[in-house]
Amino acid sequence: MPCVQQDGYERMLTIARLTLVDAINNRLFLLALAAVIGLFMLAVFIGELAITETRQVQAVILASALRLFAVMLISLFVITSMVREFNDKGVEILLALPLPRYAYYFGKLSGYALSSLLLAVLVSVPLLFFAEVGAVALWCFSLCCELLLVIALSLLGLFTCTHIIPAYTGVLAFYLLARSLEAIQLLSTSPVLESNAWPQEFMYGMIAMIALVLPDLGRFTNSSWLAYEIQPAVLLPVLLQTLIYLCILVSAGLFDLYRKNL
Amino acid sequence: MAYRTERPPRLVQFLLLGSFIAQLLFASQRPDYIARARELPAAPPVGIVRLATLAEPVTAAALLMLWLQAFDNPPGISIPFNALDYHNVIAWLDVILTLNPRFNYPLLSASRLYTEVPDTERKRLMLGFVYEKFFNDPNRYWPWLAHAVYVAKHRLHDHQLALSFARALRLNATAKTVPAWVSQMEILVYEDRGDWEAASRIIDGLLASGRIAPGSNEERFLLDKLTALRQQ
Repeated sequence: MPCVQQDGYERMLTIARLTLVDAINNRLFLLALAAVIGLFMLAVFIGELAITETRQVQAVILASALRLFAVMLISLFVITSMVREFNDKGVEILLALPLPRYAYYFGKLSGYALSSLLLAVLVSVPLLFFAEVGAVALWCFSLCCELLLVIALSLLGLFTCTHIIPAYTGVLAFYLLARSLEAIQLLSTSPVLESNAWPQEFMYGMIAMIALVLPDLGRFTNSSWLAYEIQPAVLLPVLLQTLIYLCILVSAGLFDLYRKNL
Repeated sequence: MAYRTERPPRLVQFLLLGSFIAQLLFASQRPDYIARARELPAAPPVGIVRLATLAEPVTAAALLMLWLQAFDNPPGISIPFNALDYHNVIAWLDVILTLNPRFNYPLLSASRLYTEVPDTERKRLMLGFVYEKFFNDPNRYWPWLAHAVYVAKHRLHDHQLALSFARALRLNATAKTVPAWVSQMEILVYEDRGDWEAASRIIDGLLASGRIAPGSNEERFLLDKLTALRQQ
């Protein structure tokens, strides 16, 4: 039995390694590098325009663009790579081996997580030109957490929808909603015209419920951390939220994978 | 293939349920987002907003206006307008109006909402903004300057200021779509001030301008008014 467990663990590591190789072969990091250089040049150009607080302006604009780029890229990569594996019957071949489904899932998740870690480090490098090392490190760590959630969400989306377009649209919609929770809550709690009409009450309730169920990504990877003084304590809620929501996404993903008819 | 669905292990089911409950608990403990007046940031340049909204200035204006509104009456702040930096608010309103010059919302807010503050200086700042912007498109923005006349006259009791607004209305809001009473506001302010002669002159001018249809009720009203004023 320990021998089988050892074997499963090794296969999990192999799947993770192969996933990372897949990311390299798909030129994920090359594309990221090109985008990083392009956005860095844009930040330099913006620096020429800003009259004051130039470094802050450059840092926040560059950070926002890089974060969005990293999220979209990793999500698209996870979904397309998994779809290809399903279409090539790679999943069926792997599961034909004495490999539990959870080992396959965690192997893939680890591989994607490793890719996202490298991606987060890569996109954080240009920020060092405009912000303090400590602030960039916090930002990078938070981005890793955000990407980890996006990966788990993409896997769940794909296991549920099985096609690229609905899975990717679902992930993007979820991400944008979770990211704009702050603005939505602010708007909903402060209407100039107070009304007790049922549509308004219903919307309050709906928004409150959405806020309970979604992770509050608005508190993640904030560009202002790079421009102004920031305490490492901001990472505590980020870390807690990541752990809790990762558990939800992983268990839901596993649930779907086990129930999948292969 | 021999594969079918498998029953998810109990651990996965418990993990899903447990983590979902943990999420509900965690989210319910999260501090609410509340817009605080002192946290209203400085307005960004219009170009940056255009860029951020992917060249959708009208959408940006609508969203920014709703967002700015969140700083007006945040729950738990009893006198919210007093805590607001009005120079900052004006800068935001200016950005929004530049993004969408056909948007009436910023000037409505400026003349009706932000002048509700019990602070003369802030009121004057907001009225000044409305007056300044009125000249960009008098035939569109006249309702907000007309309200500014009312605020200047009845709230600030500054007849001189009310007169300057009313005069701007009479001389600039001249489209046929603008109701006649708008150009007659100046008369009312003069009357209130007891300056009968000036009020008569304005009516004379209006009658001679050709903007009043001959034989109309409006002309009769103005003639009656003129007679009453001359008697006084």
